[in-house]
Amino acid sequence: MAFRPETAKPLNVFAETLLRDDNSLSRGERELIATYVSALNDCFFCQNAHGGIAQHYMQCDITYIDQIKKDYESTDLSPKLKALLAIAGSVQKGGKYVTTDQVEKARALGATDVEIHDTVLIAAAFCMFNRYVDGLGTSAPQDREIYVKRGKQRAEEGYLHFDLYK
Amino acid sequence: MAHINVPEGVPGIRSLVMFRPESGKFLYELAQVLLRGESPLTEAERELIATYVSSRNDCMFCMSSHAAAARYLFKDNKQVVDIVLNDYQSAPISDKLKALLTIAGHVQQNGKAVTDDDIAQARKHGATDRDIHDTVLIAATFCMFNRYVDGLGSLTPTDPAAYEEMGKRLGEKGYALPAPALQN
Repeated sequence: MAFRPETAKPLNVFAETLLRDDNSLSRGERELIATYVSALNDCFFCQNAHGGIAQHYMQCDITYIDQIKKDYESTDLSPKLKALLAIAGSVQKGGKYVTTDQVEKARALGATDVEIHDTVLIAAAFCMFNRYVDGLGTSAPQDREIYVKRGKQRAEEGYLHFDLYK
Repeated sequence: MAHINVPEGVPGIRSLVMFRPESGKFLYELAQVLLRGESPLTEAERELIATYVSSRNDCMFCMSSHAAAARYLFKDNKQVVDIVLNDYQSAPISDKLKALLTIAGHVQQNGKAVTDDDIAQARKHGATDRDIHDTVLIAATFCMFNRYVDGLGSLTPTDPAAYEEMGKRLGEKGYALPAPALQN
């Protein structure tokens, strides 16, 4: 992204708005949606970078994040968040996979229209970010602990000055 | 019926950004920078990449509206758009653009599906790093837009005339947030 600062700026501002602005979904919940979709897209960098941030917000360990990625239904996440993750999983396959049943279930468990909208947009956005990162073959550190350490810093600094190449 | 309570009768992404202008304004800004901003690829070529990816994602709204914009921008050469959608290898376009469409098609599958050979082919036909970067990001961005539009079940017009009008607007004015969203 350092290569194209004119596209980096709207992308960073977009990430900041989606994941950090005031929202009835917590920052941790939104990072989890991003992490889950990035895992489904098999994007090593994004699932670990956002997993590290989610871990920081949720004050949990990496095995809990891994468990969510592997089988969120078996975790103690709220039923509403599980319903939103199901929608996010469908978005990852393709927009048309989202069903009326999934949306109604999320709504019955207390999700608002804005929360459903934001879940779909976060999931769709990570189908973009994941492809951008992997499609250009950017390098990603393999040591997962690095992302856990960076998660705290990213949570504190936000996305506005994020530089993929630093 | 859309999955959420968006403005009635407004098609596609316009209804979604009117529902949520906070994120909508960045989506329009991104589309404008990517498809109309400075790039070694022409506006028509970039609309063609967007159309091709939307077609592969089976997103009728994005495919039809960007095909219309591409036809408008290709002017007398507008038949190229439908030939590309049918089989881009047989289209009267440059080998460089064909190689970039191959990359875009692989991005549509998944970022990892882009191979070193895809990149080498594009370079061989004269593509620069900027061409390749812009192709990958446009393709990735339409994997977002397509999912956003269909994932929320937004209204998809079936009358081709509706898209022709959109294509003309997008060709002339680019990507401007719908007026009702600006008032928020």
